[in-house]
Amino acid sequence: MATLTRIPPPVGEAPAAQRRHRRRERTTLTGLRRSLRRHWTLYLLMVVPLIWFVVFKYIPMSNAVLAFKNYNVVAGIWGSQWVGFRNFELFFENPVFWTLLKNTFLLSVYTVAASFPLAIILAIALNEIRTGLFKKTVQMVTYAPYFISTVVVVSMTILVLSPRLGIVNEGLGFFGVPAVDFLGNPDYFRHIYVWSDVWQTTGYSAVIYLAALAGIDPALHEAAKVDGAGRLRRILHVDLPGIMPTAVIILVLAVGNIMAIGFEKAFLFQNPLNLSESEIIATYVYKTGLLNADFSLATAVGLFNSVINLVLLLGVNMVAKRITGNGLWS
Amino acid sequence: MSADSPTRTRVSARAERREARVRRIRESRTDRMFMFCVYLLLTVFLAVVLLPLLYIVASSFSSPEAVSSGRVVFWPVEFSLRGYRAVFENPQIIQGYVNSLFYTVVGTVVSVVMTIAIAYPMSRRTLVGRNLVMSLVLFTMLFTGGLIPTYLVVQQVGLLDTRWALIVPQAIGVWQVIIARTYFRTVIPDELVEASQLDGCGDLRFLWSVVIPLAKPMIAVVALMYAIMQWNSYFDALIYLKNPDLFPLQLVLRNILILNTYSGGAIDASVVLQRQQLADLLKYSLIVVASVPVLLIYPFVARYFTKGIMIGAVKG
Repeated sequence: MATLTRIPPPVGEAPAAQRRHRRRERTTLTGLRRSLRRHWTLYLLMVVPLIWFVVFKYIPMSNAVLAFKNYNVVAGIWGSQWVGFRNFELFFENPVFWTLLKNTFLLSVYTVAASFPLAIILAIALNEIRTGLFKKTVQMVTYAPYFISTVVVVSMTILVLSPRLGIVNEGLGFFGVPAVDFLGNPDYFRHIYVWSDVWQTTGYSAVIYLAALAGIDPALHEAAKVDGAGRLRRILHVDLPGIMPTAVIILVLAVGNIMAIGFEKAFLFQNPLNLSESEIIATYVYKTGLLNADFSLATAVGLFNSVINLVLLLGVNMVAKRITGNGLWS
Repeated sequence: MSADSPTRTRVSARAERREARVRRIRESRTDRMFMFCVYLLLTVFLAVVLLPLLYIVASSFSSPEAVSSGRVVFWPVEFSLRGYRAVFENPQIIQGYVNSLFYTVVGTVVSVVMTIAIAYPMSRRTLVGRNLVMSLVLFTMLFTGGLIPTYLVVQQVGLLDTRWALIVPQAIGVWQVIIARTYFRTVIPDELVEASQLDGCGDLRFLWSVVIPLAKPMIAVVALMYAIMQWNSYFDALIYLKNPDLFPLQLVLRNILILNTYSGGAIDASVVLQRQQLADLLKYSLIVVASVPVLLIYPFVARYFTKGIMIGAVKG
């Protein structure tokens, strides 16, 4: 007993810490055991969704090793031959690489640059007028296109811009301008893509800012009014600073997702004539992978894209932490 | 808002009018100019969104000849329902509509059940390991295996070219899980859980008879999000399905509207022209028919949808 209570030499620090550590381990373990006994039905409830996450999210992640292999249908994913970074080299050396990167990047940046300020402008304008039929109508109508499917939005755009029937060309014809084949000209692709996107999502995005505007302390407005600030000044010095945190988060998130631009819309707008501008990484992956059945190369391209996304998101999260004091998650 | 009694609205309207009069005196001329610009701007926004929709709807109710000659602007010309008749006579479209209804209903039910099943346990503070599960869920937002690796899994599981390929691989949305978990956490107080446990109520019973009734608004939002996503998506069908009998409406739409596959083997010139005109008209009617279900429920759910965005914006 005496030997145990004797204060050990400096090295004795370790066993004490170890003991503490072991105790903590034991408590979490017993805690888990107790929790399991107490909540076994809840754990059971989580089993199916967890299996789903493993099968449809985590196994695909491990399947991404395909990027470093030469896929052989007979041998399967794990049995196929390793080829190192050959697929990536093939992709980087392909002249299409820079075009894809450029198209993806430009399309995305343009979308953010166009839709981000417009949503704020719409929200601020809506916020300026009092509740009434006009405000409700504008809000309802601008919000509605968000619920229309991509396929329908793209076909509407095509119909409206069509050189043969489209109303835009009818209007141009009225002013004596010859019909323009907007979708057949690669120069127009980005504008069409971005502005149809703005058309569809601005009302939806404005909702978030409207909520932020509603959260601004009315006392600030009153004080500004007393000081003789007009409406414009109050917008500049009260409203804009008030929604700044929200705006920063949304912008930062948008930047983080820049390379993750979706497949759906670009693919629908694509035609052989505008391919030079409309081919983005996502559509290229689809074509090489599922149409040309080059699984390994497509996986490599997809993985390249995923890694860029991850890096962008993590970087952006760091920026957000610095600006707002906490990250986008956790 | 609907709870307002008529008297209250009248009183508030009167107060508002009085206030408006006072305001009119107080507002400076620059402010009035500014408000004019605001109204102008909003009118422009309204017009830009509304006019294309009007054009489509007006065209869909016009005659094939009027549409093909480009005479329709924002009002039907030579009113006819031939476009709609053509839509409803097309077996492909009907099949797609029925399929989409199936995918939407079944998919939404599956998704909501799965979402609650994983989100509710994670909202319980006494559940050991819930943070680990949450990280597991959140990580899938940061990094994905990509198109081909996911495709291979769907193939291996044997879902390829079956109805389940559109329901199972997209069953759980991380965003919806976050919304559900946050809601459960903020709306169900711990005291309620403890009280129910003292009364001998098990976790599942508590979930079923207390949590779910309390979470109805959130469940409605999440269900709507899933339903609209399911109704509007075409990508999964494009990659996983080969059998045209299983195609959802959006894929049928893509084939007809964008790839222009609506034209049977034509015989002589006049028939070709007529077919072409009808095919043009059909597009407009089809757009309306495909969007109406979603746009019909939208005004009633928009408010909840907005709330849903807000719940999601509060970090879990």
